[in-house]
Amino acid sequence: MAKVLIIAEHDGSALNTSTAKCVSCAAAIDGAEIDIVVLAASAADVAAQAAEISSVNRVLTIERPENEHAVTAVLAPQVAAIAGDYSYIFGPSTTFGRDLMPHVAALLGVNQVSDIMSVEGSHSFKRPVYAGNAIVTVEAHADSLLVATVRVASWPAAAGGNSATIEAGDASVEVPSHTRYVGLESAASDRPDLQTAAKVVAGGRALGSEEQFGLIYSLADALGAAVGASRAAVDAGYCPNELQVGQTGKIIAPELYIAIGISGAIQHLTGIKDAGTIVAINKDEEAPIFEVSDIGLVGDLFSIVPELTTALG
Amino acid sequence: MEKIVVGLKRVVDYNVRVQVKSDGSGVETDGVKMSINPFDEIALEEALRIKESGAASEVIAVSIGTSDAQQQLRTGLAMGADRAILVLVDGDIDPLSVAHVFKALAEKENAGLVMLGKQAIDGDNSQIAQMLAAIWGRPQATFASNVTIDGDTARVVREVDAGLETIEVDLPAVMSVDLRLNEPRYVKLPDIMKAKKKPLDEIPLADLGIAGGPPIKELAYAPPESRQRGVMVDDVAGLVAALKDKGIV
Repeated sequence: MAKVLIIAEHDGSALNTSTAKCVSCAAAIDGAEIDIVVLAASAADVAAQAAEISSVNRVLTIERPENEHAVTAVLAPQVAAIAGDYSYIFGPSTTFGRDLMPHVAALLGVNQVSDIMSVEGSHSFKRPVYAGNAIVTVEAHADSLLVATVRVASWPAAAGGNSATIEAGDASVEVPSHTRYVGLESAASDRPDLQTAAKVVAGGRALGSEEQFGLIYSLADALGAAVGASRAAVDAGYCPNELQVGQTGKIIAPELYIAIGISGAIQHLTGIKDAGTIVAINKDEEAPIFEVSDIGLVGDLFSIVPELTTALG
Repeated sequence: MEKIVVGLKRVVDYNVRVQVKSDGSGVETDGVKMSINPFDEIALEEALRIKESGAASEVIAVSIGTSDAQQQLRTGLAMGADRAILVLVDGDIDPLSVAHVFKALAEKENAGLVMLGKQAIDGDNSQIAQMLAAIWGRPQATFASNVTIDGDTARVVREVDAGLETIEVDLPAVMSVDLRLNEPRYVKLPDIMKAKKKPLDEIPLADLGIAGGPPIKELAYAPPESRQRGVMVDDVAGLVAALKDKGIV
């Protein structure tokens, strides 16, 4: 039996889809028995959502006031305190998991496998390196605890319909106060979440200004899509940083990705290679984005995008 | 704060189109341009700016690897680091051991800050800063896009999935930096000449007496599955028809 602990990602009230994706990865390990731990100030709502995920055996809740915000220095010692019961500890490859999991691994004296794309054996996995230009098969030591992050774009969210047991966990360790949460600045939006949306419309440097980037939002709204951007568009200040797609931004796998005025640097393509259908609209017919796109259209985005918005709206 | 320790990793230059070796043992590095990991360059730039603001007195550039990494450390010295340390190791070293190297040096130098890139563009692991914070027992501020030092604390804006998160940490602390923190300076020729005279100490890894974790073995490299080039359409009507064909809209 392989006991797996998954660290739930949430915002205090809603469970992030990344957690159900970690469950899919964990379930690919032979004989997996999967627990989810919810660390929160008040865990009931999130725990109830976690208990619905199929293949989950048990949901543990660890409630304390310090857990109101996800501060790694506070959460990691609590995860380490309950790690002894498990052979595997998984978290998502989101900024939450990438911040937390290596810290947990080091507290437990082990190395960490980053970004599991596929499970090849009980301790062997595939993962991307060099911005996805190579895939390496890695093997961790079979006798030691395995801490890993799961590449969320590689895994579907596990289905719902379960009703796993919810229990209070015990992680009464001392936590440091040297790291303090101050606040979060978020461009609040009613649009779908970029990381989990089925459709994404993304804009690049060619949009030319923050105002003209509005064309991307209009098309996205006509399609019910999330909005993404290239690094160049974010650096130029056309849109907020959390929209960046690529090696150093978000790695996404929507069913439809429409790249508008994005030339397609390797670092950007890394973020979309798992997309179902890639559509590229660019005035430069030599743009590298056309080498990976399923449907390409060469032309002036400032006439094409409004026309497309009308046609799809 | 007296000292800032900055990690500089020697990696395949970010403009190189990486090729997997035909025997699957790794990627081609013979005759390939090597550079400082771009995120580490941003970390060094930030450390230099902190020093120039008067909040630190010395910037120490550290690399771990073979003597080839002297090249990257000399570039770091030319950018403005005061001195450099090369921890000599042949072959691979696991991330937890790397974190232990930085802990040993941070303690030896009594560093107020250790600044690293948020990930190296070769392994794309994004682990060292977090591991160092854990074993050093000090705060971590990862994915930093703005840093303000205020006496014994630092206020850091972090690029997270939901937006921009601000945290406050006590010093000493570990930071990993993101792309938009700054634009690294260009190195001028006189600086390259001056850098040749700055101290660069070499320490064999064994002298630090550290023990990492069980390494994660790399069994085989393979190129990724490539996407095929699809169809080109002539106009918006053609695009809408193609999308409808695929049942997407």
